[in-house]
Amino acid sequence: MSDIVEKTLTALPGLFLQNQSVSGPAAAKASFSSRLGGLVRGITALTSKHEEEKLIQQELNNLKATVSAPTTTLKMMKECMVRLIYCEMLGYDASFGYIHAIKLAQQGNLLEKRVGYLAVSLFLHESHELLLLLVNTVVKDLQSTNLVEVCMALTIVSQIFPREMIPAVLPLIEDKLQHSKEIIRRKAVLALYKFYLIAPNQVQHIHIKFRKALCDRDVGVMAASLHIYLRMIKENSSAYKDLTGSFVTILKQVVGGKLPVDFNYHSVPAPWLQIQLLRILGLLGKDDQRTSELMYDVLDESLRRAELNHNVTYAILFECVHTVYSVYPKSELLEKAAKCIGRFVLSPKINLKYLGLKALTYVIQQDPTLALQHQMTIIECLDHPDPIIKREVLGEYSYLLDKETPEEVITKLYKLLRSDSISSETKAWIIAAVTKLTPQAHSSNIVERLIQEFTTSLDTCLRQHAFELKHLHENVKFMKGLLPVDKSCEDMVVDASLSFLDGFVAEELSQGAAPYKPHHQRQEEKLSQGKVLSFEPYGLSFSSSGFSGRQSPAGISLGSDISGNSTETGLKETNSLKLEGIKKLWGKEGYLPKKESKTGDETEALPVPQENIIMENVDQIITKNDQSQALTQSKEEKEKQLLASSLFVGLGSESTISLLGKADTLSHKFRRKSKVKETKSGQTTTAENVTRSSFSSSSNVTYEEDYYLDNFQDRGDKEIKKFSLNSELLDSESLTELPLIEKISNCRLSTPSLFAVNNMEVFHPPQSTAASVANEISLASSLLEETTEHMHSDLMEVCHNETISVSSYKIWKDECLLMVWSVFNKSASELKSANLEIAPAENFKITEQPGCCLPVIEAESTRNFQYSVQMEKPFTEGNLSGFINYQVMDTHSVQLEFSVNLSLLDFIRPLKISTEDFGKLWLSFANDVKQNVKMSESQAALPSTLKALQQELRLHVVDIIGNEGLLACQLLPSIPCLLHFRVHGDMLALWFRSSCSTLPDYLLYQCQKIIFHYRLLQDIEYNSLWYTLRKLRPREVKY
Amino acid sequence: MIQAILVFNNHGKPRLVRFYQRFPEEIQQQIIRETFHLVLKRDDNICNFLEGGSLIGGSDYKLIYRHYATLYFVFCVDSSESELGILDLIQVFVETLDKCFENVCELDLIFHMDKVHYILQEVVMGGMVLETNMNEIVAQIEAQNRLEKSEGGLSAAPARAVSAVKNINLPEMPRNINIGDLNIKVPNLSQFV
Repeated sequence: MSDIVEKTLTALPGLFLQNQSVSGPAAAKASFSSRLGGLVRGITALTSKHEEEKLIQQELNNLKATVSAPTTTLKMMKECMVRLIYCEMLGYDASFGYIHAIKLAQQGNLLEKRVGYLAVSLFLHESHELLLLLVNTVVKDLQSTNLVEVCMALTIVSQIFPREMIPAVLPLIEDKLQHSKEIIRRKAVLALYKFYLIAPNQVQHIHIKFRKALCDRDVGVMAASLHIYLRMIKENSSAYKDLTGSFVTILKQVVGGKLPVDFNYHSVPAPWLQIQLLRILGLLGKDDQRTSELMYDVLDESLRRAELNHNVTYAILFECVHTVYSVYPKSELLEKAAKCIGRFVLSPKINLKYLGLKALTYVIQQDPTLALQHQMTIIECLDHPDPIIKREVLGEYSYLLDKETPEEVITKLYKLLRSDSISSETKAWIIAAVTKLTPQAHSSNIVERLIQEFTTSLDTCLRQHAFELKHLHENVKFMKGLLPVDKSCEDMVVDASLSFLDGFVAEELSQGAAPYKPHHQRQEEKLSQGKVLSFEPYGLSFSSSGFSGRQSPAGISLGSDISGNSTETGLKETNSLKLEGIKKLWGKEGYLPKKESKTGDETEALPVPQENIIMENVDQIITKNDQSQALTQSKEEKEKQLLASSLFVGLGSESTISLLGKADTLSHKFRRKSKVKETKSGQTTTAENVTRSSFSSSSNVTYEEDYYLDNFQDRGDKEIKKFSLNSELLDSESLTELPLIEKISNCRLSTPSLFAVNNMEVFHPPQSTAASVANEISLASSLLEETTEHMHSDLMEVCHNETISVSSYKIWKDECLLMVWSVFNKSASELKSANLEIAPAENFKITEQPGCCLPVIEAESTRNFQYSVQMEKPFTEGNLSGFINYQVMDTHSVQLEFSVNLSLLDFIRPLKISTEDFGKLWLSFANDVKQNVKMSESQAALPSTLKALQQELRLHVVDIIGNEGLLACQLLPSIPCLLHFRVHGDMLALWFRSSCSTLPDYLLYQCQKIIFHYRLLQDIEYNSLWYTLRKLRPREVKY
Repeated sequence: MIQAILVFNNHGKPRLVRFYQRFPEEIQQQIIRETFHLVLKRDDNICNFLEGGSLIGGSDYKLIYRHYATLYFVFCVDSSESELGILDLIQVFVETLDKCFENVCELDLIFHMDKVHYILQEVVMGGMVLETNMNEIVAQIEAQNRLEKSEGGLSAAPARAVSAVKNINLPEMPRNINIGDLNIKVPNLSQFV
């Protein structure tokens, strides 16, 4: 069966061709198909949601014009309607077409009517006013002599019909119950059922007719009526007890194979009918011995007859077991049913196992001894990979206590907990189960032991559960109230955020759980950064060998950089990456050949173009760099054209166009991304890093040029180059100035990109940045001195009126977050007694920085107000609000309010430690969180992911060893968090440890967000390529 | 009762969306997305039943899905439906599609969206299972097709001629038409297009 849809997109080109070229009988439709085809093709060729939106919007505009044009025939309308349905399905508003859909249903011939009805049923809802326009049409069609029209009308009625108009059609539909055609009767029954659902009182009088339908000579009609009866019996079973006999007879006949062979499904007689009947019987026989007795025979037969040759027999069997356990119990049957469950739980099929466990819950509720035989299976299931199964199992254990004492069960679970063979996730479930059992246990030695053992567990989850248990255990009364005996089987809601432990953690912290680092020690660590940083290239060069060409140029050039450096400093490989080292080495061309020979074995063969670039002289490179963007673009296009000419042979111009179109979209995407970045307020920290990595393949050349450029030139050169650069880019980037050491790492870690110019900014010495900042018009004047030393966010306007404009930005200083509000006086007069106040917030300590507040703001000038913000309690999102008031020319004072969002991320700083320190710290932390994240197959590259994370979250990459990466960060003032990443296959295992309990969770969330985003970008790129290739593949020919 | 039937491909693109309970347009899209993410996470070797997303009903609702090559077929049902029964209903639906389209593939669902809806209407009507007998469903669909053919034969002839002429000079007509393919596929087409 799975191959049914298998050929899906391999047939793509063929279908397109067909639709365009078929002539003869199908030609009339071909023009339509190609129109829809064109739309679909257009959409599949697109690479982004945004472009899809544009295309669909355009399509909708066209359709709007077409449907409202008076010349449009119904036939054309029909085609338009299908396209509208398609657009609507993708989530676009096509409401302008609703009225036309109704028109089509009213006026069209059969085929057009069918589309019209379909569109109406998909577009409208029951209370939509336009639907009233349809009522007359429905009435007319119900009276039609054409069976198809009647069917369509019945279908639309059962799908969507205004409640208040039911009386208009009800008699007509009732008549249809006597129709000679079986299918009409059947649909009429379902339409009446629909009426029963939406307006039960309106169909009360026709209950007698339902009974007639139940006794219909046609099985299909009878089956349809069972829907109604199931519903009605569910609501009020006592009113239908008299029907039990009929249902039993029907079931007997079905089970006995009295139905025509037509109704067999995989040689099982009418399985769905059996299921319905069994459900009905279960409802009827519940707590009613007399009624139940009527059905024992047939249930027995059902159990007996079920030969397990197909999935659907299990469906019947399951229903049967359920019914046996719902009706008044008969021990003989119960036993048989319990045996049947064995077939489920022991089945290797996971679906059956799941249902088997579900069925076991019925069994245990009735008689736990019957479940005994399955006990081993239950325990085996505990380690099943499917969490749903596990949950089901542990629900089970709570039931088992009926037969054993709770103590015994707890002991068993405890033993299970101590065994190493089960995963920590399962253990967490087990503790949850123990928690449920504890209130009923009398002695609690084991529980106490368990609490003792697991409150110190390394697994956060386990500890959470253990603490829950501990606290509940201390307050038995409360616990009993919370987990009453009769409800112990229900699912517990577990506080996954661990928030209740915050206090405890804070306490622990205050007692010195987290190693405090004095300032000078941190300084030292910073100074020894070279050592730490120099580990990274190995990760990168590893990536060059391990992964496709996409990353490798970056890796190679970096790898060579480092080893070259080591030859200069005379140290072995890693220990000192000093800025001067690079400068000296790369400042002279003479070193280059030497470097080549040294690094050859280590970094694999360097690509030829790179060497060429190295050999070029500085001047050339400068000019080249100016054009780098255009150059890359054209190179990329050339490459693609080359590729195209080899791939697209025979497809001609059309395909070339689409390819070029694709190149266009790439650059579009870039532009857009960079814009997004510019407007983004919170994080200047190169949000586009993610983007970069995903496009790295197309921009190697630029990157390398850039890279060498930076190394070759002295500062003066850079100065020149800088001013020749696109000023637009400077806007977004030039302000990003990092401490010296970070500069290197940033440069090295920034991935190749089309906008490689971004990277260079990082290299600028503070004074040159200052110069460039001076060139900026408004921004520069408003930024503080500090901004040159620290990373900061973009300036974002928080409030304004006609006289002033208040903007704010964040400076992520090493020891705190500095919020700067700059107030710009737009008016021509000076503002007096200007005052900005920040409301105290509960999570922050806000300190006003001195010397920044003068009460007078002169005309057209800016004042800055600075506040340093420190976090007092960990939180995830916070708000700083405040107001500014001022007076204009002694008149009334004006007050403006504003607020700024702060996130925990604003207080995360890189923690610069060595690998050894990392190891020590790692062991000392107890809070840990693990999570596996799926990466796209094509791009399971660790270094690039780490880069993205490093830049987005301000983490520090401590080391990359093989497929493992170590990162560290700290939450100000000094809560460290360590991150461990390991790539295996396309999975990325994230492991966080910290002294704070909330921090790992929060970071995990952030990492997942970034990785997901990163993956998304890659997927988009990958898909567009994939679609292009698919189109080229010849259609499979089937004989 | 069946609340919704969603078919989307491995990338989450909707291919067939049918709600039997009214949700606002945005919520529908949200449900599709949420369902897709729920289902995508799941391996092929874990069970095909899922607690419904928070959007469609509460604990009374469950998602039952099957994954065929590039497509996910997801049925959202309430507690009155049998899990395994629905699982087989999906199978019936897909097999019916396969019969009607002769080796159904994702593209059939895209290009013959309306037809897929008609087939679905014969299987599930207003959220209730109408017919599970594949032969019966196919017979109904064929009856509709016959009708279509007879109408198309009478009234569509002039239009056909016009479009045939138009097609002759289409500049963007692909050059490498595989004649062999066409000959094979035409009989199927006349059945459905």
